[in-house]
This record gives sequence, C-alpha cells and structure tokens, in this order.
Amino acid sequence: MRKWIIAALVATLVVGCKSTETQAPAQIDEPAATVASVGGTGGTGGAGGTSTSGIQTTPVSGTANGLSPALKDPRNILSKRIVYFDYDSFAVKDEFRPVVEAHARYLQANKAARVALQGHADERGSREYNIALGQKRADAVKKLMQLLGAPDMQVETVSFGKEKPKAEGHDESAWAQNRRVEITYVGE
Amino acid sequence: MSRFIRIIGFLLPFAAFALLAPATARAQLAIEIVGGAGTTLPIAIVPFENESTWPLGITGIVGADLTRSGLFRLVDYAGILPRPVRADDVKSGDWRARGADAVVVGSMRTLGDGRVEVKFSLVDTGRQAELASMTYTVAPAQFRATAHRIADVIYEKLTGDVGVFSTRIAYIAKQGTRFQLHVAEADGYNPQTVVTSNEPLLSPAWAPDGTRIAYVSLENKKPVVYIQSLATGQRQVLANFRGSNSAPAWSPDGRRLAVTLTKDGGSQIFLINADGTGAQRILTSQGIDTEANFAPDGKSLLFTSDRGGTPQIYRLNLASNAVERLTFDGSYNVSARATPDGKGFVFVRRDGGRFNVAIQDYATRQVQVLTSGALDESPSVSPNSRLVLYAAEQGGRGILAAVSSDGRVKQRLSAPATDVREPAWGPLQR
Repeated sequence: MRKWIIAALVATLVVGCKSTETQAPAQIDEPAATVASVGGTGGTGGAGGTSTSGIQTTPVSGTANGLSPALKDPRNILSKRIVYFDYDSFAVKDEFRPVVEAHARYLQANKAARVALQGHADERGSREYNIALGQKRADAVKKLMQLLGAPDMQVETVSFGKEKPKAEGHDESAWAQNRRVEITYVGE
Repeated sequence: MSRFIRIIGFLLPFAAFALLAPATARAQLAIEIVGGAGTTLPIAIVPFENESTWPLGITGIVGADLTRSGLFRLVDYAGILPRPVRADDVKSGDWRARGADAVVVGSMRTLGDGRVEVKFSLVDTGRQAELASMTYTVAPAQFRATAHRIADVIYEKLTGDVGVFSTRIAYIAKQGTRFQLHVAEADGYNPQTVVTSNEPLLSPAWAPDGTRIAYVSLENKKPVVYIQSLATGQRQVLANFRGSNSAPAWSPDGRRLAVTLTKDGGSQIFLINADGTGAQRILTSQGIDTEANFAPDGKSLLFTSDRGGTPQIYRLNLASNAVERLTFDGSYNVSARATPDGKGFVFVRRDGGRFNVAIQDYATRQVQVLTSGALDESPSVSPNSRLVLYAAEQGGRGILAAVSSDGRVKQRLSAPATDVREPAWGPLQR
C-alpha cells in the first residue's frame, strides 16, 4: 500500500512539473460555480468568493483513496451501482438486494470507505418535492444496508431529485431509468 | 384567447441598447401576450417633447408595460397637432372622440451635467383633471428604470393597485450543460448573471429587501443552500449539513429562513438564521415535509407533506404549532406560495397526467385552476398579488409564463435555445 501512495505522489509531482507533456491524472477543472455581482453597485466582475479554488486534483483510483479495485471490476458485483425503483415506490426490489448486500459487506470490512447514496426521481412534478422523493429512495437503500451490517457513519444519503436524469426521454422507459439510487464511493 | 398581440417587434429597437449593458446575459427573454382581459382601459401615450433625441426613449417602454398588464389598450396619438406637452395642453374633447379615457404627456430636457430631466402628467379626459405629475432627474442609463416607474404611477392611479413594472425577477437558465441564475427586469429585459455552474441550480428565493437571493446548488454533489449578495456577488453557505439541504424560504423580516434538511433522517423543515446559525427543527413527521413558504405576516408557514399518504398542502401556525390540512381535492397538490395580500395561496395540482397552477382562497376554500399546460410548475406571485409567474413547457423546452390571478390575462416569456425555469418574483423596490 505505501508503495502505491509513493508512486501516486511521484506521479503527481511529475505531472506538476511537466503537465503539458504527459497524459495527466491531475487536471485543472473549470470552477464548479462562478458567482458574479449584479446591478449598478459593486463592480461587474467576480468579486465574490467561490468556496473552492477551482483547481482540483484527481487521485489515482484504487490507490491513495484506499478503495479496492474490485469496486471497478466489471466481473465483481461491487461494480454494480444502480438500484431502480417502481413508480411512486421506495421499496428496494428483490433483484437489487444482492447488490445492496455486497456493498454493505464491503463497508463493514473497509471502515475507511464512505459511500454517498444519491437518490433520483423522474421528471414529473415539483423540483423540490422530487428532491424529497429521491431522498426517500436513498434512505430506503441505506436502511437496508444498515440491516445488513453497514455502519451509519459510513453512509450519507443525498438527493438530486429530477435534476440529473440518466435517460433524457419523456416516456415510461426513460422515467424507469431515472427513478434510481446511485451508489458512489467518496474519493472515486 | 380573444387577442394575440406580438410586442416583440415593438420592443426590438430597444433590445440593441440592452445588449450594450455590462454583464448582460446572452439569452434575452421575449414576451408575448397570449390572452387578454375582457375589458381594457383605453389610454393615449404621447411621445414626450424632445424624446427623439435619445434612441431608447421612454414612452415606448411605458406603453409596452401597460399593454403587457392586459388591463390597458393604447390609443393612437397621430394627427393631434401640436402635440400636447403639459397637462394644460390636453384638449380632452379631442381625446374622448378617439376613445381615450386617459392621456399621458411629458417632456425631456438635457441638464448641464449630462443628466436628463423627465417630466410627465397623466390626464383624465372624462373629468379634464390631472391625476398625477412627476419630475425625475436621471442619467440616460436609467431611462428604462424611469419608464417602469412612470408606468407604475399610471397603473396605480388608474387601477388603484400597486404597479410591479419596477420589480425584478430571478430564474434559472439552462443552456446545454450550463446552469445560470439570472436576474432581469420584470419585462425580461437586461438579464444579468448571478451564478454560473456546470451542475444544476434551483429554488431561487429573494430576500424581502431584494438585496440577496438564496438558492440551491448541486455543485458539491449534493444539494447545498447558498445566500448571495446581488451588489457584491459575495456568497455564503446557509445550510450544508449531512444529507440534502434545500427549499429555502425567507421570513418576511429577512432574519430567518425555513429550509428542508435531512440531517436527522427524512426530509424535514427547519428554521435557520440568515447567517447559517441556529438550525432548529419545527415540525416532526414520519414522511416528507418540504417546500415551506411564509405567510406575509410571518405567523404561519405553508408546506407540502405526504403525512396523509399523498402530497398535500398544510399550514403550520408558528405560535400554537397547530397543523391544518388545506387541500383535499386530488392526489398531488404541491409547491404552495402565499399571495402577498394574505387572502390565499397558489400551488401546483396534478389532474390526470397534467400539472397545473391553481389558486385557493382561505376563506371560501374555493380552488380556481389558472393554467392549462401539460407540465406547469414553480408558481411565484407578484408583489401586488395580481400575477402569477410559473414555469411551463413548450415544444420540449422550458419557458416562463404568467397568468393574472383571476386567470384572464396570459403571457409567455421565452429565450432562444435556452431552457428557462424556476422563476421567482422579486419584492417591490422602495
């Protein structure tokens, strides 16, 4: 493990020096959000404080963040990350129990790992009420994970409501893909 | 439905000027009036003396404002010579013969320091009486604001209601994968960008004094509530607790907000100080409680809850903690916004597969459905309670629409190649 961390550090340093020549794992992203002033008072430009510097480095996966490569291995059930729901329902269907169970076991075995369960809803109805519906779905998955032994502290439930659809269509087949909970590991 | 007036062409000469303004966002909203009230008040607005010196002018904007309200009809002024400039010049008989119940006249004069003196008078032709007369000293950059103020005075004198032409609106514009919070004049002009993000923004809410806007951003991979000053662009986190943070609503005194937090499990409503301190849970339910909105007197909160099995609108009395269910018709009633006159609230109801904006009166419990789109949402009421701004869909794209609270006047605001949504009507500028 330590060897990997050193290798990652070295890689980051190298990238830092020669970022123009290498395919860099570290990159400078656009700031996530830019704020501006409005109206005749104040200046016209970014006097405001963004909460982040806008520069983000990406850790090399499976190394510095301590996450197992199994999480990304398509042959491993841990690479399955989406739980789908029926219309107006918050019940985790039997077909998704093995996935939830596998992640619960992984969290139990890896105390440093943290997941965010991101709930989503289809496009129908109020944006804020859909945030609450997605939250209810994420909470349902968390409850099942806890029953299966995952510690509360390692699981955060959040919701994107209808704001981040997986499928863009406006029919039941698209909506079915959008009523979901995504299991994401912090540091991925 | 009786009328279909396009005023886009009418406004085009002024759009060129708007583009020169600093920090102007690209997507300009264009307004169409798609239905008018049964009766309209005929008014003649005579171009002000010397007005042609300035390409932007003033009377064109005043006329557009009044027409857009759906309560006025413009009467032709051509052929009455010499053009009246002061109230004394108005020969009421000539104007009554043209069917004008009121006439607006005025003048513009450059002062030594580059500013302009704008004078106007409003004359009632029936009584041959001057109803209002004002003088403004402004820079040419303030002509649009001055025109909106004049329109407000005319509206107030002739309808007895407060005018809202000088107010601003906020909304979210989505272009490709870019989300922006815009603030524009109530007629959609001069949109300015408040925030730009690659992740969704939603639920903008104006502070009661109009200086700040609270909103929800997903930029941190979860909903977080921010408050941002419009003058400085400075922003602060209002709520970033474990779980989701959303649905901000200001108390009328601007000192606190209601927000929906999930930190204690489930979506629950909390009160929090405007500086982000003192989050305190005020409701307890097993299900969802969200979308809080203060009554204008600050004594109660409207909110959406599924505690009865389906989402419905409830009211919490903040003094007694008593909770009362307000909607009973249908299985999906959400997004309540109290009308500033204190008489009722607007909300979104689902009927079959359609979502429409409706208004309910507290006293009579009577519900009137105001809109007829397929996916109408996010209603926001004007400060004079006369109009409801909401998000609708047209041709697969998000547009803003407005309807009068009696359902008779309808208008649409759309921007090319942009999804516009989540409108929030700002407070009166005092």
